Amino acid sequence: MRARIWAALAMPAAAILLALIAGAVVIILSSPIVTGHFDPLLPLATYSAIIQGSLGSVNGLVDTVVAATPLILVGLSVALCFKAGLFNIGGQGQFLMGAVTAAGVGAALSTAPPLVAVPVAILAGLVAGAAYGFIPGALKAFTGAHEVVTTIMLNYIAYYVVSYLVTGPLREQGASFARSADVGNAAIPIIFNQGTGHEAHLGILLPFIAAPIIWWLLYRSTLGFEIRTVGANPDAARYAGMRPRMLVMLTMTVGGLLAGLAGAIEILGVQHYMPAAYSTNVGFEAITVALLARANPIGVIFSGLLLGAMRAGAPLMQIQAGVPVQMIDLLQGLILFFLTADILVRKVFRIRAKGGGVDELNTVGRTYGGQTTTAP
Amino acid sequence: MTEAPHPAAERVIAPALEMRGITKRYPGVVANDRIDLQVHPGEIHALLGENGAGKSTLMNILYGLARPDEGEILLDGSVVRIAGPADAIARGISMVHQHFMLVPVLTVAENILLGAETMGNAGFLDRREASRRIRELGARFGFEIDPDEKVGRLSVGWQQRVEILKALYREARVLVLDEPTATLTPQETKEIFAVLRRLRDEGHSIVFISHKLYEVLEIADRITVIRRGRVVGERIPSETNEDDLAELMVGREVQLSVDRGQSQPGADALTVADLVVKDDRGREVVHDVGFQVRAGEIFGIAGVAGNGQDELVEVITGLRRPAGGRIMLDGRDITSSGPRELHLMGVGFVPADRHRFGLVMSFPITDNLVLNDYFSPPFARGLVRNDAAVRAQADEAIARFDIRTPSPTTPCGTLSGGNQQKVVVAREFDRDLRLLVLDQPTRGLDVGSVEFIHRRTIAKRDAGTAVLLVSAELDEVLELSDRIGVMYRGSLVAVLDGPSADREQVGLLMATGGRGGVTPPPTPDVATA
Repeated sequence: MRARIWAALAMPAAAILLALIAGAVVIILSSPIVTGHFDPLLPLATYSAIIQGSLGSVNGLVDTVVAATPLILVGLSVALCFKAGLFNIGGQGQFLMGAVTAAGVGAALSTAPPLVAVPVAILAGLVAGAAYGFIPGALKAFTGAHEVVTTIMLNYIAYYVVSYLVTGPLREQGASFARSADVGNAAIPIIFNQGTGHEAHLGILLPFIAAPIIWWLLYRSTLGFEIRTVGANPDAARYAGMRPRMLVMLTMTVGGLLAGLAGAIEILGVQHYMPAAYSTNVGFEAITVALLARANPIGVIFSGLLLGAMRAGAPLMQIQAGVPVQMIDLLQGLILFFLTADILVRKVFRIRAKGGGVDELNTVGRTYGGQTTTAP
Repeated sequence: MTEAPHPAAERVIAPALEMRGITKRYPGVVANDRIDLQVHPGEIHALLGENGAGKSTLMNILYGLARPDEGEILLDGSVVRIAGPADAIARGISMVHQHFMLVPVLTVAENILLGAETMGNAGFLDRREASRRIRELGARFGFEIDPDEKVGRLSVGWQQRVEILKALYREARVLVLDEPTATLTPQETKEIFAVLRRLRDEGHSIVFISHKLYEVLEIADRITVIRRGRVVGERIPSETNEDDLAELMVGREVQLSVDRGQSQPGADALTVADLVVKDDRGREVVHDVGFQVRAGEIFGIAGVAGNGQDELVEVITGLRRPAGGRIMLDGRDITSSGPRELHLMGVGFVPADRHRFGLVMSFPITDNLVLNDYFSPPFARGLVRNDAAVRAQADEAIARFDIRTPSPTTPCGTLSGGNQQKVVVAREFDRDLRLLVLDQPTRGLDVGSVEFIHRRTIAKRDAGTAVLLVSAELDEVLELSDRIGVMYRGSLVAVLDGPSADREQVGLLMATGGRGGVTPPPTPDVATA
């Protein structure tokens, strides 16, 4: 058992390590621009600033958890879909639909009692996300349209729907820039605030509830067994009397629900309104989160916290080391690269491939109903 | 290198191929343990062994795909190091794989030329010269082949000849054939054997890998038996018999043909009437097929692979909708019933392709054993699975069906083929059944596993289950069936009494559909393996 856990951790750890090394090379090479002179020790300063900014203080820890919350929820969405053999790139769109719906409903209920306003606004965002996940699920089940293609297209549609709603029907009159009205009483209660501008809302508890539920669903319920069977071998699922189409739709819907929930609590807990130019990459970062966790729901908590910590530590990194915050994007990109360049990493660290294990990365290159590409 | 002398009668001092003390270790297993093998010019040397005995490893070493830890390879008496397949081919070693390495859309000539292109002037392919050589080679070994025919249009038997021609074109002197008759009809097998004998008489050395004992006895000049990576015996066909070889191969006495006893058929259990089935491309591949299977009898369907059996089985087991006709089970119409409904009615199904349908390879044995029962008590209550019950079921099934595994939670993908099939069999056999559908239940399995599954099938029949057995292995159909139906191009062309059926007659029906004729023409319907 212990050996198995170590084996499961080896690949992600190796990918992170390689990303830090490759990142260090980039930091060293760019040090003349950043500091004016060649500084081979700059990576150390950079990385220690990230750690200090994210874990070195209570405020840092709060920022880490707040940043990790949507990452974990959308990461769970991606991970769940991986288990069903689906590559959900649509977390971004589902998140945005959840966010804008929660913002609209929240604004409408801004004077209602919080005990009504908060749950209704969250529920609205969650339903919107689920509906937005159902669309690619149904398209796949009935027409065979690949979810990678449809979810990418739906991401664009979501972006422009948000833009239209916030500059049009939901726009708050008199605001200096295009945004929806404040959610007022629909805001999720703050549970931590030391008056330093670093606050945490009640929603940060949700990932820690959602992850065990998804884990239980996948590994302890009959539905999860069906989902995993469809993901590992759709033909065998049909043979066993399961209904792959129904399961594909259901899984995409639950995936959308999780992402929509993330969007809702991000608006109701952190932002309190929806800007027209809402800048987020959470749907894509969640793919890294899910892959880093090898699609394990409990693992997603940790990988989400890791990426959240990198985000939370970014400002201090820029201040202390002078390295621009975009370095975080680069590091995340490198992690994703080394995760997917599986064979390369295995060679470098001499990690043996898991025998007979389903590799969630296979999902990426596989079409539904086609032959399973699990290596012997 | 010495020039290999041709006259077959003359035994040269040095064997054409000698492998000495070959040892190959993989982590935790010795695949080859000091194996010695000598193949003389003009000899057909059979390599006999169960799956996983080490035949493939040995041949991979010969072909340069794996490097031995110890031992050496000699060609015509001199030690060689084989760097890879290209090197092996250059040294005159050629391999005909079980799954043909042919491109169906290319012609015979193009397939043969792939990788061995004869360049004419200015680097263009010299097709005419190639065609001439191919015709000439074919004629020399007793068959006429059209080099311009597309390979996809050839029957499996002819594709095999193309594979052999490919080897001859590259001037192979040592030819390795891996299970060459696995997909052939008895007639096609005979024809291939004639070709192999011609090759031998011309001084070629042939390594013939097979698990069909009577074939080995018929074709081989010498037989080397391998078990668990070691040579356990060498025999000459005239001084041995099937029982002796089977015992050597398995390491214990094996009952080669199960005692099928007397069947006690009851009323019709499965009735198939006027069934019409279309394949994925919309072509009608099963035409008006009708038959009955009675409770307590085994109805076998023989036929060359690709004559509509796959689609027929898919329809009966609810995986495919028929285009016409009716299917009844115990008087109930099950024409449009899905797999779940059939399962609950007591239909067991062992699919031909256990990788595709029968198992989820990444799942542990425990989960695969409840793959279609996971939702019902005691394995689940409502939405909640009961791991303890699943585990207990697995422990019992592993013991009862002798599944060799380190643990019940081992993923099925890491088991041997025989043990994988035992998992499927354990799942499908181990309950009260009205109908049991077996599609190629022993394909690719070792003798011991075949014996096991056959005995269980007879036991199921004797318990009153109607058994529908579909197999491209004619021997299997003949051995088990109480009645035999023959499928040819989507039609059921004959139904015969099982125990009295004649092997030749069934073979001829399989090959021609009973319309007479001696040699079947290349059948365009037969897909590449």
